[in-house]
Amino acid sequence: MRSARAALLFLCSLTIATTAFAAPDDSQVERGHKVYDKWCFPCHGTGSGKPGTASLAARGQKPAVLEERTDLTAPAIKRFVRHGVLFMPMFRKTEISDAELDAVCAYLTRNNKPQ
Amino acid sequence: MRVPPGVTPGDFADALKQFEAAVGKDWVFTSDEDVDLYRDSYSPFWHEDEEPIPSAAVAPDGVDQVQAVVKIANAHKIPLWTISTGKNLGYGGSAPLLGGSVVLDLKRMDRIIEVNEKNHYALVEPGVSYFDLYRYIQEKGLKVWIDPADPGWGSPIGNAVDRGGGRTPMRDHFDAHCGMEIVLANGDIMRTGMGALPGSKTWQQYRYGFGPYVDGMFSQSNFGVVTKMGFWLFPEPESYLTGTVTVSKHDDLIPMVATLAYLMNSGIVMGTTSVGSPLTFARQDPALAALYAKPGGPSTQELEQYAQGKSLGYWSIELPFYGPAKVVAAQWEHAKEKFSAIAGVKFQEGATRRFPMDPKDLQQFPTSVAVGIPNLSVFGVGGARSEGHVWFSPIIPMTGEAVIEAQQVFADAYREMGMAMGPLFFLGPTSNYPRCFLVLFGFPIEHDVEKNKKNRENFKRLIRVAAEHGWGEYRTHTAFMETVMDTYSFNNHALLRFHETVKDAVDPNGILSPGKCGIWPKHMRKARA
Repeated sequence: MRSARAALLFLCSLTIATTAFAAPDDSQVERGHKVYDKWCFPCHGTGSGKPGTASLAARGQKPAVLEERTDLTAPAIKRFVRHGVLFMPMFRKTEISDAELDAVCAYLTRNNKPQ
Repeated sequence: MRVPPGVTPGDFADALKQFEAAVGKDWVFTSDEDVDLYRDSYSPFWHEDEEPIPSAAVAPDGVDQVQAVVKIANAHKIPLWTISTGKNLGYGGSAPLLGGSVVLDLKRMDRIIEVNEKNHYALVEPGVSYFDLYRYIQEKGLKVWIDPADPGWGSPIGNAVDRGGGRTPMRDHFDAHCGMEIVLANGDIMRTGMGALPGSKTWQQYRYGFGPYVDGMFSQSNFGVVTKMGFWLFPEPESYLTGTVTVSKHDDLIPMVATLAYLMNSGIVMGTTSVGSPLTFARQDPALAALYAKPGGPSTQELEQYAQGKSLGYWSIELPFYGPAKVVAAQWEHAKEKFSAIAGVKFQEGATRRFPMDPKDLQQFPTSVAVGIPNLSVFGVGGARSEGHVWFSPIIPMTGEAVIEAQQVFADAYREMGMAMGPLFFLGPTSNYPRCFLVLFGFPIEHDVEKNKKNRENFKRLIRVAAEHGWGEYRTHTAFMETVMDTYSFNNHALLRFHETVKDAVDPNGILSPGKCGIWPKHMRKARA
């Protein structure tokens, strides 16, 4: 149902707002950057033909480029990657392992400010 | 724990242990949390009991492990559903057709075995994506192009065996392959073409080998598991030029497409192009919207007058040319000469791109797949809030008459289904394959049971309408494979009966991808009406 996905989006937005800040280590961030470039950038990066960025922009998400966000949290990122959202599909563990997903989370939360 | 159909929990538990021994415990997935990752994100059965959910997934990392898994499955009569990168979204994704199947996930087999710059070919495993192959070629500075499918995370092998298409001169992906390695249902391994000759030096250069040419039987089929495949690559051309041809009257489409067919079949235009109409982009104009709001819609004459008044033209085609700058300029000149037989035709020359392109320019190139660069832009096709899509995709003749007829037939069908236009969109007839047009209609997936039921009914209705007019689907989502195969029914389904004879011979236990393209194992086959 659409309501199930709406609930997921709502849950993720709550998670973004409330999860505590934890500073990731540099090597994990670097590893996460590589995984991000391989798996996430083609849809969520800058430049033309990035439907994830375009969708977030059209839905009023600012900034629409995920790498520029400072409010993402690991639980929210993991939910999106493992469950998908709208036209973003879910990703299997043969594509992005749990360890790689942890690294992506470290990368995308690297600029978060302590609460 | 979910269990495959016809398999006891005890037998399944025993098979899973053997799978773990073959590929490692970490690569056999049985928890609901892990197995649910193999659901089709664009399933037209979301939240319905009919959604085919696998029982487990097993991910080998080499052909020897594939052989072991297949042998175990064969011994336990466990259905396997093979995926490569698992991103065949719109056609089934990573989910099986038969619920309870074990997904044979080949994503870990992602080795690029060879890219040959002198003879322009590659040999890859199924888990390699277009992105992977493109990055490899870029990192090594090789002067060859791949031909990506629209979604760059797709597998060259998976896309080719599903007979997908691209845009460059190598756009017919199955046609561009040369040599396969296949694991059969009994675990035996076979190489086709010159690969059957031990020590062959030409596996990726001469397709046919000796004796019957069997490669086609491993496309859109369930007769084996493809574990390696060779592809011909396009030598990086000196330049790429596009030229747009616009004609002013509705009936100009007939000589326009006839000229296009001549140019394509002559080898002068060698890439994908689409028949479009500038009127499509003018629908926001209140004057045109008012014409469409009239009962019965606008007449052809009214549209011609509107187009003439706005200097828009009625139909247009953008022609791609690949090669040395002098040659593509001459090809464009020749094309203009041919189209000039149509009164009032107009031409617009696009920019000539030279290769290698500056990386900054590449980032902003709007149709990068046309120059061999993979991306994911196609996923924006349904809009910012799209929840996915499936494709209705018949093949029609490459004639203007056929385009006009198809437009009328499908418009009537949509109207009868209570829709004024296509459910999502109608991409103009495209030349992804030689000698014909592919027409694509996207059906939205909305995670709404009633809407999806209605869309499935409409989809099946369109399949039947197309078949009644002599048009068949080139490929389809798993949900519609049986319906499509049912339309290929010449002489009491002689072709399907042949497929079934082959299936029974090469996979007597029916373990490989049951139901794929309507081909069921004997014990699951329904009586034919």
